[in-house]
Amino acid sequence: MSVQIWTYLFVFLSFSLYIGIAVWSRAGSTHDFYVAGGGVKPLVNGMATAADWMSAASFISMAGLISFLGRDGTYYLMGWTGGYVLLALLLAPYLRKFGKFTVPAFIGERYYSQSARLTAVFCAIVVSFVYVCGQMQGAGIVFSRFLEVDITTGVIIGMAIVFFYAVLGGMKGITYTQVAQYCVLIFAYMVPAVFISLMMTGNPIPQLGFGSELTPEYGGGYLLDRLDGVSEQLGFGTYTEGQKSTQDVFFITAALMFGTAGLPHVIIRFFTVPSVRDARRSAGYALIFIAILYTTAPAIAAFSKVNLMNTVNNAEYVSMPSWFSTWERTSLIVFDDKNGDGRIQYVGDPQVNELTVNRDIMVLANPEIARLPNWVVALVAAGALAAALSTAAGLLLVISTSISHDLMKRCLAPHITEKQELRYARIAIFVAVLIAGYFGINPPGFVAEVVAFAFGLAAASFFPAIVLGIFYSRMNRQGAVAGMVTGFAFTAAYIIFFKFISPQLSNASHWWFGISPEGIGTLGTILNLIVALSVCRFTTAPPEEVQTIVRNIRLPGEHIEAAKPTL
Amino acid sequence: MSDKNARSYWQANVRIVLRLLCVWFFISFGCGILFADFLDQFRIGGFKLGFWMAQQGSIYGFVILIYVYIRQMDKLDHQYKLDQTQSADSSDTDSEEKS
Repeated sequence: MSVQIWTYLFVFLSFSLYIGIAVWSRAGSTHDFYVAGGGVKPLVNGMATAADWMSAASFISMAGLISFLGRDGTYYLMGWTGGYVLLALLLAPYLRKFGKFTVPAFIGERYYSQSARLTAVFCAIVVSFVYVCGQMQGAGIVFSRFLEVDITTGVIIGMAIVFFYAVLGGMKGITYTQVAQYCVLIFAYMVPAVFISLMMTGNPIPQLGFGSELTPEYGGGYLLDRLDGVSEQLGFGTYTEGQKSTQDVFFITAALMFGTAGLPHVIIRFFTVPSVRDARRSAGYALIFIAILYTTAPAIAAFSKVNLMNTVNNAEYVSMPSWFSTWERTSLIVFDDKNGDGRIQYVGDPQVNELTVNRDIMVLANPEIARLPNWVVALVAAGALAAALSTAAGLLLVISTSISHDLMKRCLAPHITEKQELRYARIAIFVAVLIAGYFGINPPGFVAEVVAFAFGLAAASFFPAIVLGIFYSRMNRQGAVAGMVTGFAFTAAYIIFFKFISPQLSNASHWWFGISPEGIGTLGTILNLIVALSVCRFTTAPPEEVQTIVRNIRLPGEHIEAAKPTL
Repeated sequence: MSDKNARSYWQANVRIVLRLLCVWFFISFGCGILFADFLDQFRIGGFKLGFWMAQQGSIYGFVILIYVYIRQMDKLDHQYKLDQTQSADSSDTDSEEKS
């Protein structure tokens, strides 16, 4: 069977599964719609969180990014996993105890203020929108390459599926489809990795394989030593040594960690479990499920780099395998025979280099480059779609609940009934899907870049406000709002300046303290903290009932009364 | 739960969190970034140690950290009787737990 038929088969089967689950888990109340009824088991929630978290970027782009960045790619690996430690230790249990539906609801009640709530609604919607556009685009790429339909059709199919189960089931439908999607995506990620590891090193575990010796057909010797040697020889820099400045890597890692902990679509997953203990447990499960993929990614990065260099360097263009021309057609591989010798020179020097490989295809093309069977190639397509759709659904839910619950029910139209609120939530998802789809079809060029910045913005706005709200009971409304606004505005301004206004100035000599726009969220977080704490010192303490809320969220257990009820 | 108990529970909670965050900082920012070049002189198999910490070891460390946290918090909750839903009517074993 051809790759295309296999792909149609896998995509059809996985999509039918998602639709089946959606029909089975319809939401009847806002409680179902926002937090899946609040009765999700920790293991199930851990899987759903992992799928929610691992987006098209994790699945498709990350290994490719690492394979081009070498050790510097570490900041994605540590940043996107280390954030879960912060989430588990500093946020998840307390927010679960607080027991509301959304992140803006926590901010609004903890800081007893509509303006704090609206600031949080604004930040949540901006961060989620930026992120969801990238998912739709990812789905579009997969559809167009593997099913050979055009991107528009691809995005519309993706939109229709997400729309169907998100609107029907809300959080409940999303949770159970995400569990299925996690299984699909992790299987699709691991199968090619195990195959390739076995082929190249004889070790079936990719995490160990990339530290092992190559088999004799690949020339023997440790894989990473070989990779270092060849990379140096071709002028790419040593693979296992960092090229970026230490402080930049430090700041980018921190921004990704704080951002991970502050992303609303991840936080709301912890509202769905029955108790505080379950919230802690499900953070543990989530990180295990995520770590399986994240420890495999650097192995795939190394394997595919060796394979790519072995296949293309100094090889004759006409004798390239068929995947080369397929990807050339999508212009994700570009060959420009500068010296006219009919051979491919793939080197670090941009004057001589003749081959441009888009980082996104390292995962998608990897099975083909390694000549794995057709069904494995097709499986990767189904996995990438699962990753894109599961994250998109989680993000759309944040947008919809922010609008229906925090904006409509809590601010604009407090007298609406639960049924009306549910209708607003569904309308909001519908509109959000349409807008996300539009940007998926007409990507505004900067989407891919902006996704990384969603983290910086989440880090600089939500993370300090929530942590202070839990750990510092004196923190008041004025401080929190001033901090969020400063952190968000500073981070956004720095990114917009270096990425859109004067991109030619974006290099280490112009950056503040040598911090690239990707890492500036860390500085925004620090700024947010400083502003919040100083403003708080000079303004009045929060009212007693708010301090009681804080005392209460610090204690797990459902039947514990507030430590000192004062009324 | 009394006000005093609530406060000492919270202090113990914060101590656990701070201790674990120090480890978190050490394995990620320390071993994975700041001392990575130094650690690279040691090797495990085909990995340089700094590189391995950055791309593998730190992630395993994070998983272990969360599980240590879950265990320590369970123990703390048990000590303060916060792990039972009917916390009000279980005061008889109170004294032996605290000692």
